[in-house]
Amino acid sequence: MAPAAVDSETRGNYLNADYSLKSWLLTTDHKRIGLLYLASITLFFFVGGSAAVLMRLNLLEPNGALVEPAAYNRLFSTHGIIMVFFFMIPSIPAVLGNFLVPMMIGARDLAFPRLNLLSWYVFMVGGAMCMYAVIAGGVDTGWTFYTPLSTSYLNTNVMSAALGVFVAGFSSILTGLNFVVTIHKMRAPGMTWFRMPLFLWAIYATSIIQILGTPVLAITLTLVALERLFHVGVFDPAVGGDPILFQHLFWFYSHPAVYIMILPSMGVVSELVTCFAKKRIFGYSFVAFSSVAIAAISFLVWGHHMFVSGQSVYAGIIFSALSFAVAIPSAIKVFNWMATMYKGSISYQAPMLYALGFIGLFTMGGLTGLFLATLAVDTHVHDTYFVVAHFHYIMVGGAVMGYLGGLHFWWPKITGRLYPDGWARLAAAIIFIGFNLTFFPQYILGYLGMPRRYAIYPPEFHVLNVLSSAGASILGVGYLIPLVYLIWSMRRGPAAGPNPWGAKGLEWTTPSPPPTENFEATPVVTEEAYAYGAREVSVG
Amino acid sequence: MADPHAASALAHQFEDLEQQHEAASLGMWVFLATEVMFFGGLFAGYTIYRRLYLPGFVEGSHLLNVTLGAINTGVLICSSLTMALAVRAAQLGKRNALVTFLFMTVTLGLAFILSKLTLEWRHDYLEGLVPGLNFTLGGPHAKSVELFFCFYFIMTGVHAVHMVVGVGILLVLLVLAWKGHFGPTRYNAVETAGLYWHFVDIVWIFLFPLLYLIGGRY
Repeated sequence: MAPAAVDSETRGNYLNADYSLKSWLLTTDHKRIGLLYLASITLFFFVGGSAAVLMRLNLLEPNGALVEPAAYNRLFSTHGIIMVFFFMIPSIPAVLGNFLVPMMIGARDLAFPRLNLLSWYVFMVGGAMCMYAVIAGGVDTGWTFYTPLSTSYLNTNVMSAALGVFVAGFSSILTGLNFVVTIHKMRAPGMTWFRMPLFLWAIYATSIIQILGTPVLAITLTLVALERLFHVGVFDPAVGGDPILFQHLFWFYSHPAVYIMILPSMGVVSELVTCFAKKRIFGYSFVAFSSVAIAAISFLVWGHHMFVSGQSVYAGIIFSALSFAVAIPSAIKVFNWMATMYKGSISYQAPMLYALGFIGLFTMGGLTGLFLATLAVDTHVHDTYFVVAHFHYIMVGGAVMGYLGGLHFWWPKITGRLYPDGWARLAAAIIFIGFNLTFFPQYILGYLGMPRRYAIYPPEFHVLNVLSSAGASILGVGYLIPLVYLIWSMRRGPAAGPNPWGAKGLEWTTPSPPPTENFEATPVVTEEAYAYGAREVSVG
Repeated sequence: MADPHAASALAHQFEDLEQQHEAASLGMWVFLATEVMFFGGLFAGYTIYRRLYLPGFVEGSHLLNVTLGAINTGVLICSSLTMALAVRAAQLGKRNALVTFLFMTVTLGLAFILSKLTLEWRHDYLEGLVPGLNFTLGGPHAKSVELFFCFYFIMTGVHAVHMVVGVGILLVLLVLAWKGHFGPTRYNAVETAGLYWHFVDIVWIFLFPLLYLIGGRY
C-alpha cells in the first residue's frame, strides 16, 4: 500500500478501494458496513420523524387539526416502532460502533466480518417488514404491542410489524455478540481493559444488554405471533393466560433497551468532553464501571413500567427502589464529566456543543425519571405527557444529541472531509432550542393531566400544545441542516487530515479516511486513554 | 506462517490461529447465552402457569407418552457423545472417524425429530390435544390442560426447530469433512457446532422432566 505521507486523495483508502455497488453490498469491511447502517437509519429517522410531524400538526387544534383518531393511533405507533427499533437501537452501536470498535482497539476488523454484513441484511429485512406494515395500512398497537389488544382485538398489520421487530432483534443480538468477542479477543498489544477509550466500555455494556435482553423480546413476540395465528392463549385471559405476563416479558427487554440507546451516547460524551477540554477523564474507572453498573441494574427495574398494571405492591416498592439506584451510576458520569471540564481549556466546536447539550438534557430527563420511579407520583403522571417528555429528554435530548455529537466528531475520520463548523454550531443551537420548546411544555401538560396517545385534548391545553408543535418545527429544521452540510462536505469539504481535533486514541493515528486494513502495522499501545497534557497530575 | 495449510485457515482479521480459535469459541458461548435467555422467557412463563394451574398441568403431563420421551432423551444423550467424539476426531485430523461420528450424530438427531413428529405429535393430534387446531378435551381442568399443551407444543416445537437447524449444520460439516476440509489447524467449525449441539441437548434435558415427569406419575 501507499505510504501515509501521500496525499489522502490519491492514497488508497476504504472508500476509494472499489466504487462498484457490489463492493458495497457484499463488503465485509466494518467501516463500510457502518456506512450502510448510517444510510439506512437516516432513512428510518426521517420516516419516523414524518410521523411525528403529522402528530404535532394534528395536535395544533384541540379537536385534531389533521387526522382521524384511528389514523393518529397508526401515526404514534409508526413513530415509536420505527424510532425505537430502527433508529435509536442501531444508531450509535451499528454506525459509530461498527466504524470505531476495531479502530479504537487497533484491530483490522471485527472478529466476525461476514456475520457483521449478515446483521445489516437481517436488519434491512426487519425494516422492510415494518415498512410494509406501515404502507399496507398501518399498525396501531403502539410500540409496546400490549396484549390482549395486539393479539385478540386489532385487525391491523400487527403480524408484519411484530415479526419485523423480531427479525431486526437478531441483527441487534449478532452485532452485540460481534462487539463482545472483538473487545475480548482482538485488542492490540498493550491495549489493556483500563487503557480502552470509555466509548468501548459503553459499547461493551450495551452489547451485554443486547445479548441478554433481545432474546426475551424475541420469544415474547413469537408468542404474540403464535397467539394471533392459532388463538392459543399464553397471554389470553379467556384460556387462563395472563396479559400481565406479556408486560413482564416485554419490559424485561424494553427497559434495558432504553439503556441500549443511552449508554453508547454516554460513551461518546466521554470522548468529546476529554477531547474538547483537553484533559484526561476524571475518575476513569468510575466512568467505566458506571456503564457496567447501569447495564446490570437495567435488568432489575422493568417493573416500574407496571406500577398501575396490577403488579403486587411489594414488587412495586422493590422496583421503585432499584430504579432509584440507576441514578447513582448515571450521576457518577455527569459529575465526572463536569470534573473533567473543570479548569480544562474548553473549545466550543460543534461536537462539544452537542456534548454539553447532552449533559444538560440528560440530567433533566434523568431527574424526572426519579419522579416516575416514585410510586405515588407515578400513579398521578402514569401514561401522561410527563412520561412522554421524560423519555424524549433521555432519548432525543440525550441519545440523539450524543449520536449527532459523535457523528460530527468522527465525520472527518469517516469521510476525510471537514464540514463547515459555523453551520454545525448553528444547527446544534437550533436543535437545542427546538428540542426544549417541543418537550418542556409536555412536562407541564402531563403534570396537568393530559394523557398520551390521544388525538384530541381539552381546550385548556391548547397553548402548551401549540408551543410544543412550534418547537417541533424548529427541531425539524435543526435536523435538516446537518443532512445538507454533511452530504455537501463529502464532496466539497476541505481535507481533514488524520487528526483535526488534536484528539487522542488509536483511530486518530491513522489517515482519514482510513485504509481498508485500518493500520499499516498492528499498533502497540504504551499509554493510557486520554493522555492529554500527560504531565499533569491527575486528581482522580 | 510457514505451514501453507495453517495460513489458509487464518482469516485476515486475526493475528494467529489461537486468537481465531478463541474468538470462534467465545462467539458461540455468547450465542448460547442468548439462547438461554430465549428459552428462559418460555421457562419463566411455564413456571408461573404451572404454579397457578398445577392440577391441569399434572393432568396434561399424564397424557404424554413418557416412554417415548425417555427413549428420545437417551437418543439425544447418545448423540452428544458421538458429537464429542467427532470434535476429538477433527482435532486429531482423523477424517474417517470424523465422518463416521458426524453421520451417527445426524442419524440420532433425525431419529429424535422423526419420532417426535410421527409418533408423539401425530398421536396428540389424533387425540385432539393440539390447542388452536383441534383441542377437544373436556373435564374440570380443560382450560388449564389446554394451557399446558400450549406450552408443550411451543417449547418442544422451538426445541425441534433448533434440532433441525443443528442437523442442517451437521450435514454441511459432514460434506466438508468428507472432502477432507478439517484438520488439526482447522476444526473450529466442528467444535462450535458441537457446543451448539450440546446446548440443544441440554435444553431437552430440562424439558423432559418439566413436561413429562411432573405430578408424581408413579
